[in-house]
Amino acid sequence: MLKFVAGRFLVSLAVAFTISFVTFFFLNIFTDPAQAVAGEEALFEEIEQIRTQYGFDRPILTRYFEWLGGIFTGDFGVSYYWNKPVGTLLLERAPQTIKLALMSVSVTIMVAIPLGIFAALNPNSIIDRFALSVAVSAQAIPNFWLGLILIIIFSVTFQIFPVSGDKTYYHFILPSIVLGTSSVPPVMRLMRTGLLDVINSDYIRTARSIGFSGWRLVTKHALRNAVLPVISVVAVQLGHKFGGSLITESVFAINGLGRLALLSILGADIPTVQILIFVFAITFIVFNLLSDILNAYLDPRLRL
Amino acid sequence: MILKYIFRHTNPDFLNRDFEKLTPKDIMFRKAIYHSGFKFGLLLLSTITFIGVFVPFFVDMSPYDQDISKRLLPPVWSEGGSWQYIFGTDGNGRDYLARIIYGTRVSLTIGIGAATVGMLIGVTLGVIAGYFGGIVDQVVSYILTCQLALPGILFLLTIISIVGSSLTVVILVIGVLHWTLFLVVTRAATQRIRNLDYITAANAIGARKTNIIFTDILPNVLNQIIVIFTLEVGVAILAEATISFLGLGIQPPTPSWGVLIAEGKEAIFFQPWLIILPGIALFLLVISINMLGDGLRDITDPNTNIE
Repeated sequence: MLKFVAGRFLVSLAVAFTISFVTFFFLNIFTDPAQAVAGEEALFEEIEQIRTQYGFDRPILTRYFEWLGGIFTGDFGVSYYWNKPVGTLLLERAPQTIKLALMSVSVTIMVAIPLGIFAALNPNSIIDRFALSVAVSAQAIPNFWLGLILIIIFSVTFQIFPVSGDKTYYHFILPSIVLGTSSVPPVMRLMRTGLLDVINSDYIRTARSIGFSGWRLVTKHALRNAVLPVISVVAVQLGHKFGGSLITESVFAINGLGRLALLSILGADIPTVQILIFVFAITFIVFNLLSDILNAYLDPRLRL
Repeated sequence: MILKYIFRHTNPDFLNRDFEKLTPKDIMFRKAIYHSGFKFGLLLLSTITFIGVFVPFFVDMSPYDQDISKRLLPPVWSEGGSWQYIFGTDGNGRDYLARIIYGTRVSLTIGIGAATVGMLIGVTLGVIAGYFGGIVDQVVSYILTCQLALPGILFLLTIISIVGSSLTVVILVIGVLHWTLFLVVTRAATQRIRNLDYITAANAIGARKTNIIFTDILPNVLNQIIVIFTLEVGVAILAEATISFLGLGIQPPTPSWGVLIAEGKEAIFFQPWLIILPGIALFLLVISINMLGDGLRDITDPNTNIE
């Protein structure tokens, strides 16, 4: 087990390095950081002066390792666009995104798991068909459009929820429904097929034959085994939520990391963008690693 | 050819024939006939494609002509709407129905284009990794792991903001970021086929590796590639709409549905149909493509039964 965890950890670390490397090179070769600092109308001499002043004239590898070293010591660079250290920006914006990610995963769990269980208990029934059509529709609905439609229905027409903003938990309800919906199909399908497999297995048939039945059989014996893989998929989905927050936060004007990313891209703010790509990749990698370890812990066959 | 099949399958003698005597093509055709999701998806997709691609040739309409005196006219079913502008007009007085119909072409072009780019990358890598195995396979797996960990939409927006936006760029960039499913499927299938006897036989008679890949391996993966291709067209269409909505994809005045929704956002309080209508078009197109893809998967999978 320890060997498996160590191996997976090393691969994750390597992936994180590769992504930071690729992002840094891509952003620093195809754009001119000195030009970005100086602005659109800067003269050639000004740009050259900034290039030497900020050290952009040094080799790119030197700058990469300096940047990477900075991350480890907590120095994330300075954003020219926001005129703030990137670390401060991240700390300011992160709570909103974490809140949104956790709430949207709760929405996913509350919708997908009961739906999956009822669908599996009544295969080919109306509930099953309904669950399947929910999954198919949720896959085809563009996320940003769902957000706007919910605003039109609940904020403009009925005025139950605020249109946008992030002041109270109330503001986060519509955004988390939107972001949560996109994870419903995979979680629901896995819950359904997992539970169906368990219900058709020998030990449940044995339990039935010795007199267990109904809810007790499902909750005590079947569900316990079926829900385990679902937990690890939910962990992966939680990792997705941070990157996915970009669209939802932009639609609902939530000042989180996603909106920060979009505004920084539009403002050509390279230091912020490269850190954010790295941060989102790291969250995804960490949750994937957790999910892998969980799976391996539960199922020794995967440890090979 | 289709007519021949319909004729055969409606013949009572044929319907009563033993299941074992059906050819694989017959079985596929019969599965397609009984698969309601597939039929629905195909019908919806054909209708949308027909309206988007062919109707503009016969009906006189323009998605660009502006008439400032006719700004924000309501659609025909609400008060004050007229049959001249069935879906009303937008903030610049352009015929909204025409803009939505022309938007179909943008979505289909980008969807098919990007899925093709993704397919070329994914299938190439998949065949190489599956056929050669060993270190090559490990390198490709590592690239796959890195690609999966990249925050997709953020990376997409970053690249487009640097390279600049045009139809070609959008197609290429979406394609370059959506090849993982092709890779996974092709690699698994190639690994399975590689060890079969007929490949060993082909090797034994001295067939060239490229010949083996193109004539013996790829045709056997084709069904799965077609399924993934269909589903990826849907994914690419949604990705394009999203980045165009955020202002970094297709640029106005080109009638992309994402652009239409972004423009409609200004009028969310008083003219909500400007947001609702292009979104419904997008939803119908993507759901029809997904149902077609899911249906194709069931039909081409030899392990599913005729229901």
